[in-house]
Amino acid sequence: MSEPVIKCQSVYKIFGANAERMLKEANGNVDAKTFQENGCIVGVNNASFEVSKGEMLVVMGLSGSGKSTLLRCISRLTDATGGKIFIEGQDLLNLNNKELIDLRRNKMGMVFQSFALLPHKTVLENIAFPLQIKGIKTEDSINKAMDMVKLVGLDGRENYFPRELSGGQQQRVGIARSLAVEPDIWFLDEPFSALDPLIRKEMQDEFLRLQEKLQKTIMFITHDFDEALKLADRIAIMKDGIIEQLDTPANIVLNPATEYVRKFTEEVPREKVLLIKDVMDEITSDDMGDIKVSKDEIIENVAEKILTQEKTVAVTDGKNNIVGSINPAKIINTVFGGRKNNH
Amino acid sequence: MELLKKYPKLFQWLFLLAVFFALCFAIDVPETYKFIRGQAEFVKDPNQSAFVFLGKEVRYYAFDVFWRLPPLLGWLPIWINDSLFFLMNDWMPMEFWNEDTQEYKTRPLVLQITRNLTAFMTFLIELIREILLGGLETIVAFTSWDWIDANPWAELPGLPWTIVAAGSAILAYKLGGKGLALYALLSMTYISIFGQWKPSMQTLSFILVAAPLSFIFGLGLGVAAYKSKRVEKALYPILLVMQTMPQYAVLVPALVLFGVGDHAAVIITMIVAVPPMILLTLLGLRAVPPEVIEAGRMSGCSNWQLMSKVLIPTARRDILIGVNQVIMVCFSMAVISAFIGAKGLGFNLLLALNQLNIGLALEAGLCISLIAILLDKMSLAWANKQVDYFGNLNFFQRNKNSLFFGVIVIVGILLAYFGSIYFKDGYNYLFEVPHNKGISTADFWNKGVDWIFDTFFVYIKAFNTWLIVDVLQPMRALYLRMPAVATLVLVVGAGYLIGGVRSALVVCGLTLFIALSPWWDRALVTTYMATFGVLVSCTIGFTVGTLCFQNKHSTNFMLNVCDIFQTFPSFVYLIPVMMLFGITDTSVLIAVIVYATIPATRYTIEGLRSVPAGLHDAATMSGVTKFQRLFKIEFPLAFPHMMLGLNQTIVFALFMVIIGAFIGTEDLGQYILKALSDKKGAGIGLTLGICVAFIGLIFDNLIRTWVGQRKKHLGID
Repeated sequence: MSEPVIKCQSVYKIFGANAERMLKEANGNVDAKTFQENGCIVGVNNASFEVSKGEMLVVMGLSGSGKSTLLRCISRLTDATGGKIFIEGQDLLNLNNKELIDLRRNKMGMVFQSFALLPHKTVLENIAFPLQIKGIKTEDSINKAMDMVKLVGLDGRENYFPRELSGGQQQRVGIARSLAVEPDIWFLDEPFSALDPLIRKEMQDEFLRLQEKLQKTIMFITHDFDEALKLADRIAIMKDGIIEQLDTPANIVLNPATEYVRKFTEEVPREKVLLIKDVMDEITSDDMGDIKVSKDEIIENVAEKILTQEKTVAVTDGKNNIVGSINPAKIINTVFGGRKNNH
Repeated sequence: MELLKKYPKLFQWLFLLAVFFALCFAIDVPETYKFIRGQAEFVKDPNQSAFVFLGKEVRYYAFDVFWRLPPLLGWLPIWINDSLFFLMNDWMPMEFWNEDTQEYKTRPLVLQITRNLTAFMTFLIELIREILLGGLETIVAFTSWDWIDANPWAELPGLPWTIVAAGSAILAYKLGGKGLALYALLSMTYISIFGQWKPSMQTLSFILVAAPLSFIFGLGLGVAAYKSKRVEKALYPILLVMQTMPQYAVLVPALVLFGVGDHAAVIITMIVAVPPMILLTLLGLRAVPPEVIEAGRMSGCSNWQLMSKVLIPTARRDILIGVNQVIMVCFSMAVISAFIGAKGLGFNLLLALNQLNIGLALEAGLCISLIAILLDKMSLAWANKQVDYFGNLNFFQRNKNSLFFGVIVIVGILLAYFGSIYFKDGYNYLFEVPHNKGISTADFWNKGVDWIFDTFFVYIKAFNTWLIVDVLQPMRALYLRMPAVATLVLVVGAGYLIGGVRSALVVCGLTLFIALSPWWDRALVTTYMATFGVLVSCTIGFTVGTLCFQNKHSTNFMLNVCDIFQTFPSFVYLIPVMMLFGITDTSVLIAVIVYATIPATRYTIEGLRSVPAGLHDAATMSGVTKFQRLFKIEFPLAFPHMMLGLNQTIVFALFMVIIGAFIGTEDLGQYILKALSDKKGAGIGLTLGICVAFIGLIFDNLIRTWVGQRKKHLGID
């Protein structure tokens, strides 16, 4: 496997006057309470993870959990207090200012919760902004920006000012701006949190469509667990600066690592989240009916098909090979069964 | 006892007032105390005492210390003055190369620096002035007098007024469309036809140097203060004092440092115009949302790009208000600096006022206002201009404005040429309408004034007498009757009740400075005039603002009126009142009232506007009447904002009172004016200015503290 695009090794971010000295003295054993007594606030506590190319990591946590701080460490909008961060093998914390600017101009794009558009520039100028900062000619940058306007479906509004757009439209501009330089890494900081539920759903679908097309490496911050489940390849759940669990959505729903994570998973409609492959048995038997289901289907979509069968149903992979089996009881157990220990 | 527990604040205030009045009655007026006139420190009076400080004799009236504090700070103006002279004449003499005499000369460092600065300013002003009016100083600056004698053709001819008028209209069209273009054309034509061309262009050239320089320095320092806490901390007290310092007071020290003329005027204008620009820049930059800054960083901005392309444009609203302020200050300084020899409209205005030629003054004042409004609107339009990327224009369309201007230049020159043939012996009216040779309405206005005066003389006189005898003089006597100690107790007590010990200490320091200076009585008179002006202005402003707020159209109309009035240089306000009331305190006070009503009205409207719409609806749904809503909901919530308006009203009123010294009042302003013509006046002028600034700051501190607490209490930001 190739090198991970983002790699964090015990990243700490501590706010306060004596942050660095205190971190050194703590010797890798950071306790939020003792730090607080000494006037320091722990933002991120020993975060280690990797994100590989084309993967979408969603960081989920409530407000104050340090998720935005973590993102700002990785984009180096703030400097991490301790630990190491590698972006495509480059040691982020050792970059000088020029290299950092270079990295941001070519490799990174970021979308903000409050859109953070420049109020004095039109939609088009906002989107062209990162290109012009890079030093691309006005005409080329405007043309490129026009492509981005079309990509996010804002044609006809390119000469509007941000204040003349709705929230959803403004965030489309934000997305287009972050994509204008064709970055490899895409940071999204609660991009849909400020939007109405209906618009939010629409934007999520739009976002999935874009990601299918672009295949960026993504770090996505949200406080909405459903959103995380819907979008993520893997989810990191944060609490008080600590990553409580980092796993695929299915594993988080099925095997919550801590009591805190379990609280989130309890209300989740599992049939909408889990795939057949998450709950199937990997044994195949001869006693299977003619019905076959794909392992990548969401349970909800095929539940009726399986539940109307008396026998075990065969599960196939993309090439129509049988890779496992699933019986109706398993489905019922998953959806309605006890919330503990499904396996 | 119940009441006392229920309203503890009220009883504290009552107690304070009781102490104040008790002191007032307990301390008698000393027998030797004669009001004000006797206190002029230039006159030797047998009742005076004296002390020697730093080898200088400071004279004062030795009253009971409870009645008037001794002028322990009397040495300060003398000391400032001596230090300035020492700096200018004796400190750090150095050898400098002299271009004219071709030899080294010994000169003090500060003198050399200020002379170089003034030379630079003079060059800039002359450059613009000679483009507009013609002349040869600029060419000489690059060559020499000998060269210009040999090549007389090289003199800059100056632009015919037709070209400047049409050019400004084209520029206005490009920036702001047809309306602005029409306005530019009409006002320029007006200026020319009425024979004010030359002084107007002189004033314009002065402004075109002073305003951009002030803008650049203000922006630069504002950015520096934003970036570094230390710079901000160093600047803040200076900014605070400068904001309430009357512009007059800066004239005198600048006179010593930079001499007489346009260049000194530019430097003073910068000193006055830069502080508000800094404050507004800082305010705007602070208000930029952190996410926008992060967005800029993530777009890969370098520090410079972040500042110039993200922060400053995002803070544009406040920075534009700053630009508006700069232009306002520049125009009002254009008049005031006529005192130290700046040429142009301001000089004409002062001259006309001096001769009591109201008509002429009115015309000059109108020209200043016209140019002020034009520049203000143009700078605003320029900042709001939008770029069209998809116009797909051909060469002609893209450059039509420049091409058109080229045509205008040719036509203008041809016209001027034909004019020189047609108006053979007289003046070439198509090149420049000379001063006093244009149409003048001065006679009309003067006759009008005379007519008004003749017709209504009785009533005006009666009103005047009534106001002075029955209102102003008793009020002044009351103010002067306050023993210094009583005043001190009142002010410090108010500070303590409003803002605790901290506020009390600040206010006490400010008041003590004034009380220990030799001008306590004068300061009381200034305060009385300002108080009277503020009371009337606030009554008018709050009433008018509240009435106008009842309707959306009248609200916008009133705000526009305020905008326009605010663009008038402060001196212009003196013209109509002098027309009606002549040289009396009434004139000054009415000018004060008109001038200070602007912020009172504006802040009332804006305060009422800031009441959230949700509360309106909630109130309406609880079935309140219009009056109930106004008094129970809108006023209490808008009150903090309105109090900030009061703060501005006080500052405006103080400014106008000081300027009113030009008409003739017996307060601090009169002494500042006196210091202008005094060779050793720099220290006195500056100290007096600081006194006025401190009066403003006392109120500023009290009001701001109160508003801050009130806002916290109401939970509004």
